[in-house]
Amino acid sequence: MIDWQSTLWVLIAGGLVATSCALVGCWLLLRRMALLGDAISHAVLPGIVLAFWLTGSRAPLPMLLGAGAVGMVSTALIQWLSQRRFIKPDAAMGITFTALFALGVLLISRYSGQVDLDLDCVLYGEIAYVPWDVWMVGERVLGPRAVWTLSGVLMLTLLLTIWLYKELLVSTFDPVYAQVAGIPTRMVYHLLMAAVALVVVASFEVVGAILVLAFLVVPPATALLISRRLPMMILVSITCGWLAVLLGYVSAHLLDVSITGSMATVSGGLFGLTLLATGLRAQTHRAGGDAGGKS
Amino acid sequence: MDINTLSVLMGLTVLGAASGVLGAFALLRRKALLSDTLAHATLPGVCLAYLMGGKQMGWLLMGAFVSGLVGIGAVSVITRRSRLKEDAALAITLSVFFGFGMVLLTGIQRWGDGHQSGLDRFLFGQAAALLPHEVLHLTLACLLILMVVSILFKEFALLCFDRAYAQVLGLPVAVLDALLMGLIALIVVLGLQSAGALLMVALMITPAAAARLWTHRLSAMVGLSVLFGMLTAIGGVLVSAFYGRLPTGPVMVLLASGLFFASLVLRRQ
Repeated sequence: MIDWQSTLWVLIAGGLVATSCALVGCWLLLRRMALLGDAISHAVLPGIVLAFWLTGSRAPLPMLLGAGAVGMVSTALIQWLSQRRFIKPDAAMGITFTALFALGVLLISRYSGQVDLDLDCVLYGEIAYVPWDVWMVGERVLGPRAVWTLSGVLMLTLLLTIWLYKELLVSTFDPVYAQVAGIPTRMVYHLLMAAVALVVVASFEVVGAILVLAFLVVPPATALLISRRLPMMILVSITCGWLAVLLGYVSAHLLDVSITGSMATVSGGLFGLTLLATGLRAQTHRAGGDAGGKS
Repeated sequence: MDINTLSVLMGLTVLGAASGVLGAFALLRRKALLSDTLAHATLPGVCLAYLMGGKQMGWLLMGAFVSGLVGIGAVSVITRRSRLKEDAALAITLSVFFGFGMVLLTGIQRWGDGHQSGLDRFLFGQAAALLPHEVLHLTLACLLILMVVSILFKEFALLCFDRAYAQVLGLPVAVLDALLMGLIALIVVLGLQSAGALLMVALMITPAAAARLWTHRLSAMVGLSVLFGMLTAIGGVLVSAFYGRLPTGPVMVLLASGLFFASLVLRRQ
């Protein structure tokens, strides 16, 4: 017997995650910062623990704020480190996120007696619980809390993308020109990072800290393989994200396995098929691919 | 200090030394975050090995190692066959492999006999629970790595600094690269099981990055990186032995980053 209502909520939550992740993920991918999502999703752990510790509850708003703040701090730290001599961006990322995550784990283990916060829950998330954690105002049930949070975050991301579309576009593809043209590239960067932090934090309660990355990077990468123009790329990656959510949910249900895991697997499958199709086609006129690794 | 702490101390020190050596090369090859991808890409291999032939540790480690190599292969196929860059390839491989691993893991839990306990702990190993035979494995692997690196030091150095020149000299660049990646996969898999994913990533990156701040010479950098790795391990074990409730892994990570930031401050001018 299938519970249609909770199935619907799970799919909506998954779709919301996929949409916001695709929106910010495209920019991350084009800016060659694909792994930043992974870094942020680990780095925000101390923020979550502190928010939890200060408020004593798992209310979403303080958690989002705490995690968002630490997420911002971590991206600023990563950027600052990458600008030092002899420190490459990838090393800066690795150092920052392992340190902050370790701090979070230490805080959890230090206060494990008082804090009912499970590391597994943070790492894996559980999309199947979404329908049961509802938002109540007085007597009225207003639907799952995660769906509300995710919708809010999606709205913000959408607003940011529309509002700053041109600035993002120029500073992503031609940072030098952007600076000359007087676009506040630093500001744009920090706003984008704030959006990424928000999306990651809102998502990982649902899909887990590690698999956020599958939503953030894989659909935009698939889209990049087949589309030449940015608006198209964003649309294709949202579509891929939703496809992964729907097909992943169905196969997880049939096989009785991890829902987010199979969403990530389906997403990877879509990517693999696309790579196979486009790679074979383009193979003839491609020169050595790994020459362009500058940053 | 009891025998348990001593064996943990020794194992982690050896691990710190070995990952210091390989971390330095990984950093210079711009593969610092490969260890992160590798650590997560081992999960499906562990699960498949379990499904195919039981839960013997050596067998599971083999599965993890093979799965890690497949992950490295995937990264290289993606960067070569598409216009996606290394970072995207690493992120895709990490998340998709891990997602597939989660599918298998939950599959084993639900269809299987329920004796899967420990499989999910594989990725988040307990530094405080290093067993004597694991210390032995680590020591052997470390010796192997040290041997290979010292024999091929010049070749690896060329690979990192001037790939084109190495090719002109007629060195088998692809083979050397594969060998280096294989060694990295080996140490990550061994460390993963005893120290956990997070600690492995930190041990591969942070000491090497700190060493890079002090010197421009490769041999000195490798030496310093080894030293920092070992200091991290010893410090971590001592601190967590004194303050009983602190887990060793995170303490080590924080010590390593402390060393890094201290180097950054001291070497500012």
